[in-house]
Amino acid sequence: MDFSVFFQPAFSGGGIYLDWVLSGIKWTLLVSILAWIIAFSVGSVLGVLRTSHLTVLRAPATVYVEIFRNVPLLVQMFIWYFVLPEIVPKSVGMWMKQGMPLPEFWSAVLCLGFYTASRVAEQVRSGIQSIPKGQTEAGLAMGLTRVQVYRHVLLPMGYRIVIPPLTSEFLTIFKNSSVALTIGVLELTAQARQISEYTFRTFEVFTVATVVYLLITLTVTVAMRALEKKVRVPGYIGSAGK
Amino acid sequence: MSRIYKALFTLLTITLMTAPVAAQELTGTLKKIKDTGVVKIGHRDASIPFSYLDDQQKPIGYGVDICLKIVDAIKAELKMPGVKVEFVPVTSQTRIPILSGGNIDMECGSTTNSVERQKQVAFAPTYFMTGTKLIVKKSSGIKGYDGLKGKTVVYTQGTTNERAMKAYNDEKKLGINFIPAKDHAESFLAVDTGRAAGFPMDDILLYSLRASAKNPADFEVVGEFLSDDPYGIMMRKDDPAFKKLVDNTVTGLYKSGEINKIYTKWFQSAIPPKGINLGFPMSDALKALVKNPSDQGVEACGKMKC
Repeated sequence: MDFSVFFQPAFSGGGIYLDWVLSGIKWTLLVSILAWIIAFSVGSVLGVLRTSHLTVLRAPATVYVEIFRNVPLLVQMFIWYFVLPEIVPKSVGMWMKQGMPLPEFWSAVLCLGFYTASRVAEQVRSGIQSIPKGQTEAGLAMGLTRVQVYRHVLLPMGYRIVIPPLTSEFLTIFKNSSVALTIGVLELTAQARQISEYTFRTFEVFTVATVVYLLITLTVTVAMRALEKKVRVPGYIGSAGK
Repeated sequence: MSRIYKALFTLLTITLMTAPVAAQELTGTLKKIKDTGVVKIGHRDASIPFSYLDDQQKPIGYGVDICLKIVDAIKAELKMPGVKVEFVPVTSQTRIPILSGGNIDMECGSTTNSVERQKQVAFAPTYFMTGTKLIVKKSSGIKGYDGLKGKTVVYTQGTTNERAMKAYNDEKKLGINFIPAKDHAESFLAVDTGRAAGFPMDDILLYSLRASAKNPADFEVVGEFLSDDPYGIMMRKDDPAFKKLVDNTVTGLYKSGEINKIYTKWFQSAIPPKGINLGFPMSDALKALVKNPSDQGVEACGKMKC
């Protein structure tokens, strides 16, 4: 093992190979975090719709979830990047391909966000549905509207219950962001591959990439544990987080 | 003669007598093939006509044909007519690690023999001579590399063309926006769909990609050679016995003139899957290499400085 490779001058663009690693980390974080914002917001809405007593709300959400979680992520990446610009009106397609800044980056963010949203939706639904029906009925009996029941009874508890699985989902998004390399986003894995190609130092490069992924995900894990502890309702969910 | 000299003499005699036996003991790749009964050949999926998949998903091509000749030579050398061939798909990015890792014994594709790669792998005598050019859409009006100023260029990751183009961009300060792609088909798709203005690649591969496009007339191969790219079969480094066998087989094809038949079959006749004839006669550079085989590599950055 010879880690001095990261301090060698890079093949192009000036700088050293460490700069390529740092740029890879930047794109990994950007793709993952932006995608998570989409996933969490869209997923929450869909999750709530999935528990609605109105079919007209429930059905589209179900269709969305089943489509997005059952098509491989890699295929979805290709659809967003290669297929979508060809099926929209020609001028829009041309803009997507040449006009818009960072097309591969935004395709990756949207793809990863909407894919993960389907998974978050299921977590949110399971959280809401794990709350005894009596609470909803009690809320309605007290004169709350259905929206108010969700806002003040179901969601506050539901989110707390699903923090552990949501943590997993959040971690997965960082790992899944590496799929973006297939459409040309030079995130961490892509940079690692590129550096190993230029320097043939495959073991060193992927060791560093592995450690960086672990650092990112462990940080997220610790943060989510802290959140879980902070918002815990004493006596409600066992002794989790103790 | 003192006893010490006598002992030394005996030792020398024994060494000399046993030496030929030791030389015949198999090592490296040949031993591996003998032990497993399998030759593993790395092939590409879209390096037409060197190494690609036909409509039955079977690897074929100029390089594959030459490699199969080497398999025949291996069978004769090991006196094992039953040696099986196993094809393993590789990409520009994976070919060297897969070869070094031992999952293929030789790579038969469109790999440029560069000095840099020779630090990792060994090359057989050059079997094709090409160089980097650029494919663009005719409608783009781009006539050369300088027309790419400020435009988007797609490259196949792990190729020498990527380096030649990037070195040119750095030197001429063209401010090109580069996007990477996984294989030649995907790079070509990026030009076809208008996502990239150009794709730098070995000219022969560009002509064959154009020939297999929906509307070949939409595309144009432009520019001077940005690099010289001699192709060779790749094998593991530091395996002289196997390299010798491979080299002898390839130069044997050159001496016997059999190479001309194989060349004509792939470059000047209709080839699967679409029955296109590339009509690409043997270049003078390649003719010279057939006369005087060479496994010399080229510098990594083409005609630019690294």
